[in-house]
Amino acid sequence: MKQGRERLRNIRATAMAALREIFDEAAYARFLSRAGMVSSSKSYAEFRRELEEAKVRRPKCC
Amino acid sequence: MNKTLASLGWATVAVLGAAAVGAIAVRRGEPINALWLVVAATCCYALGYRFYSKFIAAKILALDGLRATPAERLENGRDFLVTNKWVVFGHHFAAIAGPGPLVGPVLAAQFGYLPGTMWVLAGAVFAGCVQDFVILLFSVRRDGKSLTEMAKDEIGRVGGLVAYLAVIAILIILLGVAALIVVNALKASPWGTFTIAMTMPIALLMGVYLRRIRPGKVLEVSALGFALVLAAIWGGQYVSQNEALAKLFTFSAPTLAILIMIYGFAASALPVWLLLAPRDYLSTFVKLGTIALLAGGIVALHPTLHMPALTRFVDGTGPVFAGKIFPFAFITIACGAISGFHALISSGTTPKMIARETETRMVGYGAMMCESAVAIMAIIAACVMPPGVYFAINSPAGIVGQAPATAAATISAWGFPLTAADMQALAHAVGEQTLYNRTGGAPAFAVGMAHIFSHSLGGETLMALWYHFAIMFEALFILTILDAGTRVARFMIQDALGHVYEPLGRTSWYPSILATSALIVASWGYFLWQGVKDPLGGINSLWPLFGISNQLLATVALCVATTIIVKMHRARYAAVTLGPLAWLVAVTFTASWHKMFDPDPRVGFLAQARGLAAGPTPLSSATVRVIFNNRLDAAVTGVLVVMVTLVLVESVRQWIGILSGAREARVREAPFVRTRLVEERG
Repeated sequence: MKQGRERLRNIRATAMAALREIFDEAAYARFLSRAGMVSSSKSYAEFRRELEEAKVRRPKCC
Repeated sequence: MNKTLASLGWATVAVLGAAAVGAIAVRRGEPINALWLVVAATCCYALGYRFYSKFIAAKILALDGLRATPAERLENGRDFLVTNKWVVFGHHFAAIAGPGPLVGPVLAAQFGYLPGTMWVLAGAVFAGCVQDFVILLFSVRRDGKSLTEMAKDEIGRVGGLVAYLAVIAILIILLGVAALIVVNALKASPWGTFTIAMTMPIALLMGVYLRRIRPGKVLEVSALGFALVLAAIWGGQYVSQNEALAKLFTFSAPTLAILIMIYGFAASALPVWLLLAPRDYLSTFVKLGTIALLAGGIVALHPTLHMPALTRFVDGTGPVFAGKIFPFAFITIACGAISGFHALISSGTTPKMIARETETRMVGYGAMMCESAVAIMAIIAACVMPPGVYFAINSPAGIVGQAPATAAATISAWGFPLTAADMQALAHAVGEQTLYNRTGGAPAFAVGMAHIFSHSLGGETLMALWYHFAIMFEALFILTILDAGTRVARFMIQDALGHVYEPLGRTSWYPSILATSALIVASWGYFLWQGVKDPLGGINSLWPLFGISNQLLATVALCVATTIIVKMHRARYAAVTLGPLAWLVAVTFTASWHKMFDPDPRVGFLAQARGLAAGPTPLSSATVRVIFNNRLDAAVTGVLVVMVTLVLVESVRQWIGILSGAREARVREAPFVRTRLVEERG
């Protein structure tokens, strides 16, 4: 029972991590840690600028 | 004991899969339950993953868990990043899943449910998943190099150049076709147009929220945006019922086409991330949610398929698109079986996130299996509605006639009973004035999805909401592909032009941005306009062109993969990529020949041009334009085939040279570096 709950928790955590990666939340957290900044309008704008540079070159499939 | 149990388990899966495939293959003349398709697909994927991908991983690729990947060696916290395998899997799946696996299978359902289902299952297990897997692994071993770079390194300059041109061509044709699907879904539909129009202010609101209120909380704001979109869908019905408002949001196909071109240009040329980035997130959120919802709905509600296993249109006279089952079923369904475009994703972001080589199997092979499952869901959605309804929605007016009574009579005469009153009632139930001639696949998919869900959640009363939810979902993520694709193509053109005149390569130089954006939008806009004005609905010409270009790109990817396998001294196993390559060459070259030279004017571009040119003179300007468009389409097809032939010839020369010992078999892998992750993990 306990093991099952633990497994469910792990699945949920992994799914959330995947969603955070897909939706760039994880990338933002890494950016903040790399740049030594805290979350703010300014830092988010900075992050977006950096992200757009890389993201606009990525194709999306059909 | 465990081994015996496992063997017994896999034997059961094999027997169950064989029974399900047998049931869907031999059943004739009576409806079949969708669960047969679900069971067949699940068993095929399970067996393919467990045995075939393992064989490829062990015998050919020799995956090495001790070899450091570029994510580890070149980690920079941005592009290169060691990432959990399930996270990479989700990321990769979100990038490869687009409208293709939904639209292609819906169009191919005109042959019946059987050909599409068999091609999706066999194509994915033996071709599509293999391509994605091997290209991902080869890119990982080359520091995350792109397909174009690998083609240049392994096959030569011709390979690199052709891969580059093929990518540009496929992008332009894809964007034109995708825009046409949106136009056909939204034309004369105030409800649908209102909902899509509302995604703009919703996205702007999300952008402001992300920037000013809760910076970086994308999941949170996407959920909020999703709730607002649902409210917009709900509100759309009142817009469609109010005469003045309905008029405001009712557009003809040409007007919508012009609006979409303006949108594409603005999205590429202007710094509008405040609109585009949140819309991208919203689109991904809706896409993943809808796919999960549809999968759950099909399993829980297990609807009955009313489309026969095979229809009379296997003879090539189909109204949705003309052409026989071979080769046209196999180019109509690309994504879902094998898609060359995936090779770009497998050699793009994903290889830079893989922590261990052994994970490429799950990410490359596994994610493509999931996309293939989406294609199976699309087949089910298309086949649950009465076949007469399916053909009424997907057939152009040029084939079935403009008047409802004529169309219903034509379709009934094909053996698919339909009355004009039934179609009117259905259109009313989904909140549209008419559902005739809505070619392109998206409206048919939406009706199928609404049909499935209206039998459970909310019943018939919610059918209109389900329909418009599905239309919104498809239009939203097609528009996202339009803006992202236009920008990607613009960057590729700028990179190339930069070699000719340096300022043109600068991505921040506005004259270059405006010129290249205009060039790309004009290119796909031309195909869109051609489709909108085509008396046969556009899809008949453009979807095969898209399928051919996509499969030709897969041909290039498989040439690269086979060349590397030969260079790795694994030629005796080369059939793994050579088999799909030979099949694709047969399919795409035959399809290309038919599209160019077939004497049937509904199939061959040149035959149609000749037929029109022989008409009564003087020719109208519209006819002259259609003649020119057909000749242009034939020329585009011819150029694509010549380019891929060059890559094939160059590849075969490499293989023969290496196998005969005349050429050195030098793989261009990054040197082996032992991973430190194993020690860190203990």
